[in-house]
Amino acid sequence: MTNSAKAENALELTDLSVAYRVAGRNRAVLRNLSLTIGQGEAYGLVGESGCGKSTVALTVVRYLPRNGSITGGAISLDGQNVMKLDAEALRRARAESVSMVYQDPGKALNPSIRVGRQLTEIFELGGVSGRAATDRAIAMLNRVRISDPVSVMQRYPHQLSGGMQQRVAIAMALANDPSMLILDEPTTGLDATVEAEVLDLIAQLSQELSASILFISHNLAVVSNMCDRVGVLYAGMLVEEGPTEVVFNDPRHPYTVALLRCLPRGGQRKDQGRLDTIPGFLPGIEADIKGCAFADRCALADDRCRSELPPLYDLGGRLSRCFHHDKAQALPRATPSDVAPAPKPAAAPVLRVAGLNKTYASHGHALRAVKDVSLDLRPGETLGLVGESGSGKTTFARLLLGLVPPDDGGTIELEGKALAPRLENRSDDQIKAMQIVFQNPDSALNRSHSIRHLIGRALKRLAGLSGKALEARLNDLVRSVRLTDRHLAVKPRQLSGGLKQRVAIARAFAGDPRIVVCDEPTSALDVSVQAAILNLLADLQSKEDVSYIFISHDLAVVRYLSDNIAVLYLGRIMELGPSEDVFSGPHHPYTEALLSAVPKLDQTETARIRLDGEIPSATNPPSGCVFHTRCPRKIGPICEQQEPPLSEAQPGHSIRCHIPYAELARLQKAVVAEPA
Amino acid sequence: MVFLGGQALPGNVGRAILGPFADQRAVDTLNHTLGVDRPLLAQYWSWISNFVQGDMGTSYIFRAPVAPFVIDALGNSMKLAAVAFVLVVPIGILGGVVAALNLNRPLDRIISLGGLSVTVLPEFVTGIILILIFGVWLRWLPISAAWPRDAGFFTQLYYLILPSLPLFLVLFGYIARMARSGMIEALDSDYTRTAVLKGLPWRTVIWRHVLRNALLPTITVIATQTGYLIGGLVVIETLFRYQGIGSLIFTAARGKDFPMLESGILTIGIVYAVATLVADFLYSVLNPRIRLGSDQ
Repeated sequence: MTNSAKAENALELTDLSVAYRVAGRNRAVLRNLSLTIGQGEAYGLVGESGCGKSTVALTVVRYLPRNGSITGGAISLDGQNVMKLDAEALRRARAESVSMVYQDPGKALNPSIRVGRQLTEIFELGGVSGRAATDRAIAMLNRVRISDPVSVMQRYPHQLSGGMQQRVAIAMALANDPSMLILDEPTTGLDATVEAEVLDLIAQLSQELSASILFISHNLAVVSNMCDRVGVLYAGMLVEEGPTEVVFNDPRHPYTVALLRCLPRGGQRKDQGRLDTIPGFLPGIEADIKGCAFADRCALADDRCRSELPPLYDLGGRLSRCFHHDKAQALPRATPSDVAPAPKPAAAPVLRVAGLNKTYASHGHALRAVKDVSLDLRPGETLGLVGESGSGKTTFARLLLGLVPPDDGGTIELEGKALAPRLENRSDDQIKAMQIVFQNPDSALNRSHSIRHLIGRALKRLAGLSGKALEARLNDLVRSVRLTDRHLAVKPRQLSGGLKQRVAIARAFAGDPRIVVCDEPTSALDVSVQAAILNLLADLQSKEDVSYIFISHDLAVVRYLSDNIAVLYLGRIMELGPSEDVFSGPHHPYTEALLSAVPKLDQTETARIRLDGEIPSATNPPSGCVFHTRCPRKIGPICEQQEPPLSEAQPGHSIRCHIPYAELARLQKAVVAEPA
Repeated sequence: MVFLGGQALPGNVGRAILGPFADQRAVDTLNHTLGVDRPLLAQYWSWISNFVQGDMGTSYIFRAPVAPFVIDALGNSMKLAAVAFVLVVPIGILGGVVAALNLNRPLDRIISLGGLSVTVLPEFVTGIILILIFGVWLRWLPISAAWPRDAGFFTQLYYLILPSLPLFLVLFGYIARMARSGMIEALDSDYTRTAVLKGLPWRTVIWRHVLRNALLPTITVIATQTGYLIGGLVVIETLFRYQGIGSLIFTAARGKDFPMLESGILTIGIVYAVATLVADFLYSVLNPRIRLGSDQ
């Protein structure tokens, strides 16, 4: 360290403006951004994609893309003006005082260099080499709770799981004992249980190391658990800032208010009303913003908001950039909350699955991706599938759709008639009846066709329509997914992620399906867009009486939309029952662990159950109960020897566990603090 | 394929060898001794089974076994290819890397544009221009690649420089472009960002983190070009009167010397296959994701 006396603030941004040069013109990405992070403080930066969060991070470490430039302001890192540093001083600053961890650890690690080498080179920079560097690297891996560091050192990044890769990336970031740690969406894309572990790790390490943290995330709940203070970024401007708890419980900017309303919270369900949404879009990078950047989407906005930039009002320890900060929470809803009609009386199941198995051959071993799954789905209902990655959710969906054939023996019945195992042996009507919406609408839509062509083709193929009838149905369909005629002429790349997902949904609904499989349909979307898509799915369901199989890692989203939940682990159903029963408990220990891994916005930190290690390989599942290796409530040898049956604990609610239902209820009563 | 193509060509083998004024009976007898009057399938079978045993048949024109001709010619072609290869690979890669490191600056423009423009010129054009400049005007280099008998290594090398230059020009732009785009991708990658933000010196970042990942795709391209370097040189070898496999095939095709033609082309096919195999092998050695894919 060159500066012996620590500066008062770890990071100070003063009036920072950054622009990207697009088509020969500078476009502002950050506008006069000022913020400070004190020594040892954890500061969260939230906002939707495109609002400039990552640009802040990249600016601090001076790693802007080629077309980016700092157009004004100052950055002071530990009292050092980062913008005045020459190349060598900048390199030293990066080596000694600031580190960064970002999304997608698989890409952040060099694929052709062993993990150990990638770590030791950091110590070599500090003049430690050879054996000593190796020892330091092993110690560092130990520190990020990697249990077998010596063997991990010898591996290449692709041989590690996502959670392990992110641990290695964190170890690399902390190896130089930085005074400033920048975390840019560090857990996005990881499983909820892994995310919880990584967040725990970061929280513990930040205390041990006393590093200041800039935590960037679109996930408000994660930020609320990790950070002391939070800043809300909108269109490159700070619109609200303050202590995390205060901002999230008592927001004073309409954007923050709206953002929080988009989230299904406190166990909210589709029959309790729609989620609120934020109308319109983030102003594009080319927009010339005169007044408040949020005015176009804000129901409180008046003429002054549109013509005059509101200052950052100091509201006593917190800031809000809104003329109407005193009545921000009176923001009218953008989407009426009118409750969807009550569930219809139970009809005969539209889908009945019995004894479904799928075994893959993997290097001579049998990999049981789905084992003995039986369940029913009634018309107009949603079945939520939850479980970590590798639990068999997607394989199950593919079996239903006939994309892969199941093992012999199991049956899939659609409206009472057996379905052929393979898609090509199913009738057109059966194919029409079951459709899918994928996670990534980008890759699901053919980019060279117009939206009209994409939906029209689905109508032709699935509904057998042509001519006038097709036109009429096309217009209906487009209106029901809330697209306008304007969108029909364009190509997919001209639409935002949310609009593209609407197109994908319209296509799935073209043939009046009975069942739509939704595989993580909102995972790639911002919360405001997610809310709109969830509302749309709920509306379509009550209108068309369609059933959903809804796969998501976001439990609050699953809970919002689902009537029934199936919890999968290593291809087996561990718990199956009505959504409310599964969530409110008593539940299977695995479900319990999944639920406790979810970061909650209201910071009611329940005693968290941590799942150690990783989901075991399906080629070699543990004996007895497959969950016993990680189960926090394991009762004894019986768990290792006998696989418990999936037995009905309550009418309609089945649990696969040796522990009796009443006992589970007693054990979990202390922990369950779920708001109803 | 080659076999069928050769058979489908118009003209009668015996007639081609004996000339237009020969007696029809003599032509028939010759056709019979050569076996070309047998059914196609039978001819193919005896040809391919002999080939795999190392017997390439007998040349119609030289009335001698084909194998020594092909092996000689292949050896010569490989020498020429080796010289071109040694010249173009390091310089091409260097050019690409330098261009990528100076992205969108004048140096990059010069390398990219220059490489591209010489690549699109066919080798007979550049070949003639080079002969005119270095052979006729400056008189630095011999205009023919046929070196005197008993020439030593360096003399041979001296004679091979001029013919290898057009090949260099054809391949340089290609290799440089691949290396450049590989570099750009690697420089923009997250792992390079990680390396830079670790505070590693720029030199270490490039040598340790960028180059290896950047050049993987280039290696495959280079190896497939080896096939071209050895087998595709008809024009160059003819232009420089060089006894390589390209000119051998060319001569054989003109004389309807099918055993020679077919053996030559099959040999080139084998060279291509081996080159591709070596490339894949090299790629898997350098890429841990493939190398260790099986023990996951």
